[in-house]
Amino acid sequence: MYVAVKGGERAIDNAHAWLAEERRGDTDVAELSVAQIREQLKLAVNRVMAEGSLYDPDLAALAIKQARGDLIEAIFLIRAYRTTLPRFGHSVPVETGDMACDRRISATFKDAPGGQVLGPTFDYTHRLLDFKLAAEGDIPDAPGAAPRDAPTPHITGFLNKEGLIQTEKESDDTPADLTREPLALPADRPLRLQALTRGDEGFVLSMAYSTQRGYARNHAFVGELRIGRVPVEMEIPELGFAIEIGEIELTECETVNQFQGSKTEPPQFTRGYGLVFGQSERKAISMALVDRALRWKELGEDDMGAPAQDEEFVLYHCDNIQATGFLEHIKLPHYVDFQSELELIRKLRREAADASATSKEAAE
Amino acid sequence: MMDLRENGPETATEMTDYNFAYLDEQTKRMIRRAILKGLAIPGYQVPFASREMPMPYGWGTGGVQVSAATLTPEDTFKVIDQGADDTTNAVSIRKFFERTAGVATTEETSKASVIQTRHRIPEEPLREDQILVYQVPIPEPLRFLEPSEVETRKMHSLEEYGLMHVKLYEDISRHGAIATAYAYPVKVEGRYVMDPSPIPKFDNPKLEMAAIQLFGAGREQRIYALPPWCRVVSLDFEDYPFEASKADAPCDLCGADDSYLDEVIMDDSGTRMFVCSDTDYCASRRAAGHVGAQGAIEQEGAA
Repeated sequence: MYVAVKGGERAIDNAHAWLAEERRGDTDVAELSVAQIREQLKLAVNRVMAEGSLYDPDLAALAIKQARGDLIEAIFLIRAYRTTLPRFGHSVPVETGDMACDRRISATFKDAPGGQVLGPTFDYTHRLLDFKLAAEGDIPDAPGAAPRDAPTPHITGFLNKEGLIQTEKESDDTPADLTREPLALPADRPLRLQALTRGDEGFVLSMAYSTQRGYARNHAFVGELRIGRVPVEMEIPELGFAIEIGEIELTECETVNQFQGSKTEPPQFTRGYGLVFGQSERKAISMALVDRALRWKELGEDDMGAPAQDEEFVLYHCDNIQATGFLEHIKLPHYVDFQSELELIRKLRREAADASATSKEAAE
Repeated sequence: MMDLRENGPETATEMTDYNFAYLDEQTKRMIRRAILKGLAIPGYQVPFASREMPMPYGWGTGGVQVSAATLTPEDTFKVIDQGADDTTNAVSIRKFFERTAGVATTEETSKASVIQTRHRIPEEPLREDQILVYQVPIPEPLRFLEPSEVETRKMHSLEEYGLMHVKLYEDISRHGAIATAYAYPVKVEGRYVMDPSPIPKFDNPKLEMAAIQLFGAGREQRIYALPPWCRVVSLDFEDYPFEASKADAPCDLCGADDSYLDEVIMDDSGTRMFVCSDTDYCASRRAAGHVGAQGAIEQEGAA
């Protein structure tokens, strides 16, 4: 006897209950607090803020907890929350030249005003598992120094003094908002940068890597990488001036790229730009390389047919929330489409069999 | 705005903080504008600023946004996936609107004023006071012939559909038939070639109907529409006319021979039976006393 499958609703409720239990894990082990995630899994929190496009370490930490550490799922939670928030206005552009740098390095100059500051980096650690961490223990205080008072100037500014690097066009236009308008192509640079900064770290990394391996190679040097906090200011109409409403941590990367010149541009250095929430330097460098690759048209370079040069390809596929949703939707029932395919393939096979039978008869 | 430190994380899951039908009024207005434009230019894909929804892209976010912009508190809402009200994602979407809009819901096609669907058109003819909302994965009928959106938009504006006709012709020369079984392309009012979403081609003739049909593609940021009784022609050739096909069998539960059927595998040796994919249609026929080949057994079992 056949009884149609029922009970989807109960199955869903039970699945959610089981999921909640799995999320908590063994109750003999202490539960993670949101504050612990925020403080001790800070780079995960940073990634969720960057790709979730919402600067809120507490919410990002909560999302990571709720998502059981699945960062794309956490980013999704943040995006879905973010989209419901009202817009009060927008900040004035942040001035990264005023950044209180925790880290600032340049690969193009041995030293420069502001110095090379390694900051808290994995770069020169030996990747050996530290078994001491398996046991809890206090860490000694890191040596401190007085912070630099003066602002740290941008390295590319020095190159610009000689006219060796291409000057970016200044504009006071309000950039388009990717989250409020449908993506239209061709996209201008502000829109591309928006898409890249919230794009999937893995995707942007691979695109950048492909340019290094020769798919539209653009010879990038890290002109400067800086990480630190910048004040965020907002114009308050009632006051008539901007006031500081808080601080955010940013990673900024400017690449200096070799450029032989083209029909329209003289030989000079060109730039790629990356700016990401939090300490996210892999992402910021990747973003700068992809940004540079996407600028081929503006600089009069050849279209090499490389994926990283194809704005439509990059912008349509860099968003991991879109990608993961569409990828995973194939788990949903497709019996109706599949049934129609079944009918079709049976029909085509029947016709093929008939045709070969007829030709066999004819041969006999 | 939520503050974790004061309210605790529980508040984040409370739906009461959200507007009727989840989306804010400004967003709904933006979506309604896109819907109206879509109705004014039948079959044309209107770009809209799709929002992130609390369900994944590809799981009906376009349909959900269109429904949210369409629903009023007086509406009665029905959700089907593969023709059935009880498939998991249909259950999930129905629950979402029960929570966020508090609208009445139903499984009966005739009682619903707004029906959101994935992959099917209900068997029962719809009326002019009903709206059918489709979830659309890939709104572009030319997408698998030309991957670039820039190119396909150009092709639509120039009414350049040669590529599609060549594809259909090549199907015939290779297989002796047009090898598209679902998402079968249609031409709307003699102008735009449109993807009817992945409905089986059996449903294509029903696209000319009394109800308003709205198509929402969330991830691809497109809305399109068919006003009532708009002319919708499935693409074909004079010597290879379009044919709406289904499994050549009646429903084993209700005996209907005019409904689209799902094939169900019954046992390890692969015994199959066919049942209506439209669960409401099948249930109401059985309630009216229609019995299929295996339906009688079920009644005995239930008695």
